[in-house]
This record gives sequence, structure tokens and C-alpha cells, in this order.
Amino acid sequence: MFLYDFTELTSSIHEGLVSSLGEGLLTTTIEFVIAGIAYLLFFAIFGLFAVYLERKVCAVIQNRPGPNRVGPYGIIQTIADFIKLLMKELIPIKNSDKVLFNLAPFIVITATFLSIGAIPFDKGLQMMDFDIGILYVTAVSSLGVLGILLAGWSSNNKYSLIGAMRSGAQIVSYELSAGLSLMTIIVLAGTMQFSEVVAGQADLWFIFKGHIPAIIAFVIFMIAGTAETNRGPFDLAEAESELTAGFHTEYSGIKFALFYLSEYMNMFVIAAIGTTVFLGGWQPFQIPGLDGFNTVMAYIPPVLWFFLKVFVLIIVMMWFKWTFPRLRIDQLLRLEWKYLLPINLVNLILMATCVLLGWHL
Amino acid sequence: MTNTIANIDKEEDYFLNLGPQHPSTHGVLRLLVNLRGEVVKDLKPYCGYIHRGIEKMCERNTYPQIIHLTDRLDYLSAHQNNEAVCLLVEKALGVEVSDRVKYIRTIMSELSRIASHLLWWSAFGMDLGALTTFFYGLRDREHILDIFEETTGGRLLQSYNCPGGVMYDIHPNFQKRVKECLVHLKKKLPEYDKLLTGNVIFKNRAIGVGLLSKEDAISFGVTGPSGRGSGFSCDIRKLEPYSAYDKVQFDEIIRTECDSMARYKNRIDEFYQSMSIIEQLIDNIPDGDYQTKMKPIIKLPEGQYYQRVESSRGEFGVFVESRGEKNPYRIKFRSPNLANLSALDHMVRGQKIADLIAIMGSLDLVIPDIDR
Amino acid sequence: MNAIVEYIKEVLGGVKSLLTGLSVTVKYFFSPGEIVTQEYPENRATLKMFDRFRGNVYMIHNEQNQHTCTGCGICEMNCPNGSIEVISKTIVVDDKKKKALDKHIYRMGMCTFCGLCVKSCPSKSLAFGQEFENSVYNRSDLTRILNKPNSTIAIKQ
Repeated sequence: MFLYDFTELTSSIHEGLVSSLGEGLLTTTIEFVIAGIAYLLFFAIFGLFAVYLERKVCAVIQNRPGPNRVGPYGIIQTIADFIKLLMKELIPIKNSDKVLFNLAPFIVITATFLSIGAIPFDKGLQMMDFDIGILYVTAVSSLGVLGILLAGWSSNNKYSLIGAMRSGAQIVSYELSAGLSLMTIIVLAGTMQFSEVVAGQADLWFIFKGHIPAIIAFVIFMIAGTAETNRGPFDLAEAESELTAGFHTEYSGIKFALFYLSEYMNMFVIAAIGTTVFLGGWQPFQIPGLDGFNTVMAYIPPVLWFFLKVFVLIIVMMWFKWTFPRLRIDQLLRLEWKYLLPINLVNLILMATCVLLGWHL
Repeated sequence: MTNTIANIDKEEDYFLNLGPQHPSTHGVLRLLVNLRGEVVKDLKPYCGYIHRGIEKMCERNTYPQIIHLTDRLDYLSAHQNNEAVCLLVEKALGVEVSDRVKYIRTIMSELSRIASHLLWWSAFGMDLGALTTFFYGLRDREHILDIFEETTGGRLLQSYNCPGGVMYDIHPNFQKRVKECLVHLKKKLPEYDKLLTGNVIFKNRAIGVGLLSKEDAISFGVTGPSGRGSGFSCDIRKLEPYSAYDKVQFDEIIRTECDSMARYKNRIDEFYQSMSIIEQLIDNIPDGDYQTKMKPIIKLPEGQYYQRVESSRGEFGVFVESRGEKNPYRIKFRSPNLANLSALDHMVRGQKIADLIAIMGSLDLVIPDIDR
Repeated sequence: MNAIVEYIKEVLGGVKSLLTGLSVTVKYFFSPGEIVTQEYPENRATLKMFDRFRGNVYMIHNEQNQHTCTGCGICEMNCPNGSIEVISKTIVVDDKKKKALDKHIYRMGMCTFCGLCVKSCPSKSLAFGQEFENSVYNRSDLTRILNKPNSTIAIKQ
């Protein structure tokens, strides 16, 4: 069994620091810096990999080989692109609101960072284990829309403004569905703390435990999550064929790269929340009763389990994007208010009934 | 129609320049769109960004030389445009071409119609945000382009027709390849329906969007699959059969829903009609000359001539006034896209900006044909 | 009640149509053998253009560096773009003065590859090549002289 509690590692680092530097501001700062660097590295590496993955997935779907020139199978392609973006000129925009224009990408990135912090990658491998983890993640992940609105407003570009307008309406509505579908699982789990949500799925994942209502909630969560990341059939804020590039039309160089990476990291956040809440987080796939099978599954390290599930969900989201046409803004809102929200509410009641009557597995 | 620019300085007007460089105008078309929020109040197209003076260039050229210029009007129905000029010259001179030429021309026309509609399908999907359709459409179009290249030497701009016949005889592989291509298309076309036609998002984007009544279609001169989507019977292949169209059985596809979906489904059905026309002709291409002997210098008798054909996008007409010279005194092309574009403003008023893109996609505009 | 049934039908129908779309793309996702892309610079060795492909226009020369062009200028006359210029000279053959080709200038930059020159040539001395990599660094490189240096006219048998 590879079940290793990362709190041992983190607490040993903490104790080492305390013993040498003493309890105080310096220790806390160093700990923050270490954690920050670790997350930044993860952000960069995972973002680049996700971009590469998306290119390959869409290429195969579209009967193309995809990037295959830079490095074997083109794996260095995204890194090369990123370096190119780093070196590109930051084009100043006439009559733009300079402060907000420069601030916007960082708001988007910050929102993503805040959400990643609460996600447990493994037992104890988590920045902060809030007791209201799920609520916290839903709260901070919607901060990103502020950045998009600011980007659209400050660019002094008509396309950007329309894109930002759409994005505002979209994210505000889809927050509801995402939140309610998570609520369905909170009813089942009885807790909002991520570590306990994961611990509750040790024998069986919640998507199986809660059977029908959990599956409905999962589907709705995936739809709402895709909408929240401004992707797939819900990419109205970018809407390439309508608004050229939507809210980031005027951005160039590294600021564009930040928007671009944050899109993929948002995708990771959604996939990670989906994994943690519905698919058992880092817990291996277990079927009660099949002990041999369960032991084999448990031999796969939990971190691998976590990333495996995350990648499956990410690929599913890519699959959506490369299959469906884009919705119109009124249809998008109608889908939320007329379909997802009522179904979600009924589903919540259904789940509550199931839990009360003990119908869940 | 009221002039939209007259009220430009009203404060609530929000003007957006769509184009000349915009991903969904498929060329250099500029649309000045007056928006209220997401809703399009009205729009004004500005043409001329790709005006090359082709009609003027034609006046200095001899009739065989005009043909390669007509390729460059609507480059996706290059073969049909060529055919119009050739038919006009043959009609004016009273030359009767052999059946073989007629069959070859008809097959080629229908192949280019399929190729054109495939590209339209790809681009329409892309306009609506389904990027994968673009690659599927182009993948299948490649087979037809290979057939073109093998027989005519050109993939997009074939210049295959010439007054009195076609430039070369068909390639020995032609019939085999066409049949293979049809088999391939029949396998792939149902996928198109699965991917886009039945899709609930696509249905919502297309049904009831961009209404154009029959009366409006006639008065704007909207022809082709777009016009027939409004119930306007305008298929030149039926009305004035040319080449071998009188020898084949096919249906004129007419829908009366008048929306984007009707235009879309019309084109999808035309795939099958075109394939059926090709199937009827491909095995019975008669023997004969691929070219009637023409005089080295073709001079049209004095007079005015008009010939129209059904191009992939609608009625393509050529008007020639000849003064008995070897080049036309005045030539005028009736291009379908200009007429189709003129109806756009009427169709998009009160619709969303996303619908504007969808309607433009459903009209299947090719910009070089608008500006000429 | 009817409305609820309709609503559920609508939702299920929508989901079904989406799943049909997804089934198409997932089919291609799991069949990478369907990839149709030609990787161009790598497949140069195997890339074969069709016989009738309209590449560069060239003049047919035989092994003795002889061509059949008589310098009549029909191709020049037929070219819609003025991209061909035939410069002829007078040569003396068997004590008779004869018009012959001096330079056949072909400006590829102006050529639209319509094929009228090749088709109209009475002595069949022009042909389309298979060359399609026509980019050059200098625009003057696009102006070519089609008859090879010191080439002569082939004597008709």
C-alpha cells in the first residue's frame, strides 16, 4: 500500500523550521514561499501539459496528427510557444484603462490559484484543509469573472466589451448550477471539508453511492463547470467566429499567455473538484466485496489515481468542446434557468429523500 | 430601405465593424453593424475590398481568355462559371457540342457543387463554433479535388471548359475515381447529420433564425439553395436545362420554412441529388469528340447575349454585348452572392449578433464573387 | 402533467442528440488510423503529382538540346496575362532566311496557369511541369527563359 500521509512531511518541515528559526513571522513567510513556489511550478507545468493535451486530443478527433515537429511527438511545442509568448511585445492599447488592463490577467490567475489551494491531491497534500472547503472553492473560483469583466471593459475594444458582457451573465448564472450540484453531494457526504469528503468515499465513490441523483448531479456539474471555464460549447466570451477573441482580443505576449493558461487551469480546477467530490478524489477504485480486486487497485499510488481521474474529466471536457456548436447567449441562459436549475432543485430533493430513507448504497 | 448611416450620431447607437478582417466573413467583407446590446438593429455591407475589375479585364480579353477570369469570381464553383461563358459563346455562334462534352460538363459541375457544399458545411459548422466540422468537410472534399486535379490539372481553379468543349478528355481513371468518391461520400455524409443536423444546439441555432419570406427572396433575387429554402423555385437546371441536365432525373429541392435550417437542409439534400445525377451519367458517357473544332479567333456576331447556369450558390448569369469583335464590348456577370448579401440586412434585423454569423454562414457567401 | 412529460421528453431528446454527436467524434478519437494529413516536406520523395498537374510551364527539349518552337508567337497572343514574350531572330538555313526563336520569356509571376499557351501551341513545344515549389527570394527569378542556352530547332523528320 502506498498510502502515505503527506501531513507527516509537511509537519516535519514545519517542525524543522520552528526548531531552527522559532515560531514567528519568518517561519510562516518561508512556509508560504515554499508552498507558493510549489504551486507555481505545478501551475506552469500542468498548464503547458494541458495545452499540449488539448492540441493532441482535438487533432486526433479531427483526423490530424497534431503538433509533431518540436521534440518527439511535439511535446516541446507548448514550451516553445510559451517562450515565444514571453518574448513578445506587450502592445499598449490607446485609450485603455491602463491599471485595470494590466490588473485583469492577474485577477484571473489569482482566482485559479486560490481554488487550487484547497484541492487535496493526496492524503494531506493540500495547501489548506478548510472545514468549508467546497463552499470556499465555489466562492473563489467565481472571482475569475471579475478579471474577465475588467479585461473586457478596460481594453477599449467593442468585441472585448461584448465578450465580457456575455461572460458576466454566463458565469453568474452557472455558478448556481455548479453550487447546487455540489450541494447534492454535500447532503450525501454530510460535510463540506474536502479531506472528509474524500475519506467518506474510501469504500465506494459518491457517484456510485448516490446512484441516480449523484449521476444527474455529476452531469450537471460537468455542464456547469464547462460553462464556468468559458470553454467548449459555452465559449461565448471568446466566441472566435463572432468576437474574434472576445475579452482577450487586445492582449498580447505574457498577459495573453496568462489568460490562456488560466483557461486550462480552470479546467483543471473543475476536473479536480469533480474528481474529489464525485469520483473519490485520490481514493482508488473499490468495489465492496471484491477484496482481491480492491487490493490490486489500492497498490496504485493515490496521486496517480487523482491525476488519472482528472485527466479523464479534462479529456471529456475537450471532447465536448470539439464536438458541439456554440450556444447563443439567450439559449445559454435558457439552458441554465429553464433546464439545469429546476432539474438540479428536484435532484437535490431526490437526494435528500434518498439520504433520509437510507436508499443510498 | 432606410439608410442606416444617416442616424450615426444618435447616442444609443453602438457600431461594430465586422470585418474586413474577421474570422467569419470568409474573406474581406466589411459589415457595419448597429447593435443594441447583443441585438442587431441594422447592418450595412461595404463591398469593394477585393474588387479586381474582372469585368473590365474581360473586355480586353478574347473569349477563350475570359474563362480563366471567371474562375476567380466564385472560386468554389469555378467550373460552373466557366460553363456559363462557354455556353454563351456556343449559343451565340450556334455551335452544337457533342454529347460527350455535355456529359463531362454536367458531371464536373455536380462534382464542384458537392465540393462547394462540403466546404460550406465545414465553414458553417465553424461559424457556429463546431470546429471539428471544418476538418471533416475538408477531408472529404479532398477526394473531389484529387479527381479534378487528375483530369483538369487544377484543384480549385480548373479552367477546364473552353468554347466548343473541354480542354482535355477525361482521364482514364476518372470514372473509377468518381465512383470511389461517391462510395466514400455516402459513408461519410450520415456522420454529418449525426454531428450537426440532429444536434439540439445546432437546431436551436438554425430553426426559426434568419427568416426570409418567399416574396422577399424573389424581390432581393436570392437564388440557389438559399432562395429555394424560402420556397422560391429558382433552379436553372430545371427551368432552362443546359448541358445534360435534360437527360437526368433529379428533384429540385424546395423548402418553405424560410429559415437557416431550411437553407442548411437544402444543401444537405443537394449532396444526394448531385450524387444521383453523377451516378446516372458516369457510366454512360458517350463516345465522341471532347472538343468541337472552333475557329482560331472567336468573334461573336453583333448583339446581346445572356446565359445563366445554376452555380453552387445560385443563378450565375453572363451578359455580353458584342460589337462583332474578338473581345466583348461589355460583359456583366450576374453573381448570386451579391444578391444573397443584399438580403442579409433584411434577415438579421432584431436578431442576435451570434445569429448574424449563423445567417451569413447559411447564405454561403463567397466574397470575391460579390466584389468581382 | 402533460407539460412535464413534454419537458422530460425534450431534455432526453436533447441529451440523445448530443450523445450521437459525441459518438462520431469519439469514434475518430479511438481510430488514429483515419488521419489523412500529408506531412509535406517529409513525403517529398514519395509525393507524386498527377500527370496533368499544372506546374511551371517549360519547353520540351530532346537529348540533342533541340526544341520544336518556331517562334510563331501564338502562345504570346493567347496568353491572357501577357506573361509570355517571344523574341524571334532570323537565321539562315540552306541559304534561305528563316524566322526562328531567339528567346522565349516566361514570367511566372504573372501566370495564372490557365493552360491556353500549352493547348494552343501548334508545334507542341510547351508543356506543364510537375514543379510546384516555385517560391523564390527575388522576384526577377520568376522571369525565365524557356529555351535552353544554345538550343536549336529540331529538324522535322
